[in-house]
Amino acid sequence: MSATAHDDHHHGPTFAEIWLLQSTDHKMIGKQYMFIGMFMGLIGAYFAYAFRMQLAFPGVNVPGFGTVSPLEYNALVTNHGTIMIFWVAMPVLIAAFGNFLIPLMIGCDDMVFPRLNRLSVQIFLASAIVLIASFFVHNGGFGGAWTAYPPLSAKAEYNLTPLGSTLWLLAVVLEFAAFLIGGINFITTAMNARAPGMKALDVPMVVWMICIASLLFMASVGPLVAGAVMLLFDQVLGTGFFDPDKGGGPVLWQHLFWFFGHPEVYVVLLPACGITAEIITVFSRKKLFAYKTILYTVIGTGVLSFFVWAHHQFISGIDPRMANVFTITTVLISIPIAEMMFLFIATLYGGSIRFTTPMLWALSFIAEFLIGGVTGIFLGSSGADIYFHDTYFVLAHFHYTFFPIAIIGTFAALTFWFPKMFGRMMNDTLGKIHFWGTIIPFNFIFIPLFYLGAAGQHRRIYNFNHYPQLATPDLQALRVLATVSLLVMLSFQAVFIYNMLYSMFRGKKAPNNPWNANTLEWSCPSPPPHGNFGDELPNCYRGPYEYSVPGRDEDFWPQNLPN
Amino acid sequence: MAFQPIATTRTVMGMPTARLAIWWLVVSEIVIFGGILATYLMHRLGHPEWANYAVHTNVYAGGFNTFVLLTSSVFAVLAHDAASQGDGKKAAKLLSGTLVCAVMFLCIKGYEWSVEISHGYTITANGFWSFYYTAAGVHGLHVIIGGIIMAWIAKDAYQNKYLHRVELVGIYWHFVDLVWIFLFPLLYIAK
Repeated sequence: MSATAHDDHHHGPTFAEIWLLQSTDHKMIGKQYMFIGMFMGLIGAYFAYAFRMQLAFPGVNVPGFGTVSPLEYNALVTNHGTIMIFWVAMPVLIAAFGNFLIPLMIGCDDMVFPRLNRLSVQIFLASAIVLIASFFVHNGGFGGAWTAYPPLSAKAEYNLTPLGSTLWLLAVVLEFAAFLIGGINFITTAMNARAPGMKALDVPMVVWMICIASLLFMASVGPLVAGAVMLLFDQVLGTGFFDPDKGGGPVLWQHLFWFFGHPEVYVVLLPACGITAEIITVFSRKKLFAYKTILYTVIGTGVLSFFVWAHHQFISGIDPRMANVFTITTVLISIPIAEMMFLFIATLYGGSIRFTTPMLWALSFIAEFLIGGVTGIFLGSSGADIYFHDTYFVLAHFHYTFFPIAIIGTFAALTFWFPKMFGRMMNDTLGKIHFWGTIIPFNFIFIPLFYLGAAGQHRRIYNFNHYPQLATPDLQALRVLATVSLLVMLSFQAVFIYNMLYSMFRGKKAPNNPWNANTLEWSCPSPPPHGNFGDELPNCYRGPYEYSVPGRDEDFWPQNLPN
Repeated sequence: MAFQPIATTRTVMGMPTARLAIWWLVVSEIVIFGGILATYLMHRLGHPEWANYAVHTNVYAGGFNTFVLLTSSVFAVLAHDAASQGDGKKAAKLLSGTLVCAVMFLCIKGYEWSVEISHGYTITANGFWSFYYTAAGVHGLHVIIGGIIMAWIAKDAYQNKYLHRVELVGIYWHFVDLVWIFLFPLLYIAK
C-alpha cells in the first residue's frame, strides 16, 4: 500500500508544500520549524543588539533601530527572552530535530500522525505571526518581562500595552498548543513505530531525550495554560484571579509560571544533551559511556525538575521553611546533571577524537554549560539568592545555560546532520572560523555580566546612569566590553549564514554516511527521499553506539547490518 | 483514504497508535484541569467566605446535569460495543444519543448561567464566580469540541467507516465526564 503511495510522491516538494506549510513529510516539517526558528532567532538577536547598545551607550541613536525609548527597551528585553526560549530553542531543538530525526533514527517512513504534524507547524507559524504583530500595535509589544508577573502583566494602566500584552499571551498559548500536538506525536511515534528488532535500549539517546523533554513539557505546561486563561480574563474581562483586591493572589501566577518554567529548562536542555551524546560518540569512535545510567539519570532529573520551581521565588514572600525545601531539591538536581556531564567526559576518555566542527560545538557545549551549572549552585541556595536575585549574575547564569543549549546545541546538530538534511557537506574551515568567532565573544559578553551582577547591577534597568553607584566608569567599561563582544559575535554569524546557504546549493555532495556513524538515519540516501528508506524499511540488530568493536575491520557497526 | 505511512500501522507497544495518542491527550488535559482545580482549591481554602457565594449556585440543575452527562457516557459505551461488533449504523445512532445529552447539558448550563448573571453574579463579581465561570467554561468548551468531533465520527460510522474512532472519542468523552464529576461537588455542593 505505502509503496504505491510513495510512488505518487517521487516529484520534488511543491510550492505549497514548502511555503504554505502543506507538506506532511516529517523532514520538510522539521526544516520548516528550523527555518522559522532561525528567522525568529535573527529577530531575537536584533533585539539584543538594540538594548545592549542602549545599555553600553545610553541614549545613542542605535544604527538600524534609532533611539531606544524606555517603553521600547522593556518590550525589547521581554520579547528577546520570549523569542529565544519559545520561538528559537523549542522549535529548533525539539521540533526541528525531533521531526527530522525521530522517524529516521527509529527506522520508519514518517511520524505516526503526519497531518497532526502539519497542523502543529501551521499553528506554530500562526503563533509567530501573532507575536510579531504584537510589536506593531498601539504602544508596541508587551514589556512586562518574559515571566509576565501580574499585576504588571494583568493591568494595562501599569504595562501601558493594552493590546500588546494580550497578543503576547495569545501567541504563547498558540505556541504551547503547537508543541502539545507535536509532543504527543513524538512520544507516540517513538513508542509504537520503532523498527523491528529495536528495543527500548537500542534507541539513540537523542530520541530518548526529545521524548522525555516532550513528556516534561506535556506534564508541566497544563497549569500554565490554566493560568494563561486566567491572566487573559484578568486582562480582557477584568476578573481578579491575580488581584489581591478581588481575592486573588499575584504569587499564584509565579507558582503556575515556574511550575512550568523550571521543567521547561530541562525541556530544552535534554535535546541538547542528546545531540551532544550522539556527536561525541561518533567523533571519539567510542561507545557512549553508561547508556543506561544516562537514561535513568535523565528520568530522575525530569522527576526532580517538578520540585524545584520555587527557587525562582525566594524573595517573593514565600515561607522561609519552604525556601529551605526548595534549596535542597535545587542543589540535588545538580547531581544528576553533573553525573551526565561526567559520563560524557568518560565517553571521550581514551577515544580517538576527531576535531570536526560538530565535535567542537559538542565539546564547547559541555564546557560552557558547566559554567552555567556551577553558578546555579549560588542561586539555588536561598541565602545567597537573596543578594543575587534579579541581578546580572542571574542573567549571566542562565545565558550560560541557555546559550549552550539553544545556540551551541543548534549549531552542533545542524553541522552534524546538515549532510543528511540537505545532501551536501558544509565547509569545515568556515565552520571552525564561525565556531571560534562565536565561542570567544560569547565568554567576553557574559563573564563581565557575572562581575556586574556581583557588583549589584540589577536586571531590567533602562539606563544605569540614573544610579550613582552603578554609573562608575569601570562598571560602564564592562558594559561596553559586553556590547562590543556581542557585536563581534553577531558579525561572525554572517560566516555561518554564508556557509549554510552556499553549502545548501553548491557544497560538495554528501555520501550516505559521511561520519561513519551507526544510527539508522545514515543508512538512507542523503537527503532521504519521501518514505525515507525506499521500499524496504530497515531492521535493527544492535544498539546505536557500537564503535571500535574488537575483531571488526571497520570501527563502526551500523544498527541495520545483520552482522 | 489519504496517504498513510507504515509508521502509523506499527504497534510496538501492543496498543493501536491512535488509542495510545488519545491516552497521551488525556494526560495533557488532566494537567490543564489539574491546574485549574488545584488553584481553585487553594483559593477556596484561603477564603472561607466564598461559601456564602456558593449557596447561590443551583444544585438541582447541576445535579441533573451530572445525571445527563453520565447518561451520555452510557450511550458512548454502548456505541463502542456496537462498533466493535462492526455495526456502524447502530453505533452512529447511539452516538447521536450522546450528542442529544451533550446539547441538553449545554442548554441547562445556559439556563443556569443566564439566571445567575441576571442576579448580578457575573464572572467579575468576585473570586468565586471567576473560578465558577472559568472552570465550567473551559469544561463546557471541551463538551462543545468533543460534540463536534463526535458528530463527525458518527457520520462516518453510519457508513461503516473508521469504526475504531468510536472508541477513541469515547475515551475522550469519559474524561470530559470525569472532569465534571470533580467540578460539580467543588463548585456546587461544597458550602
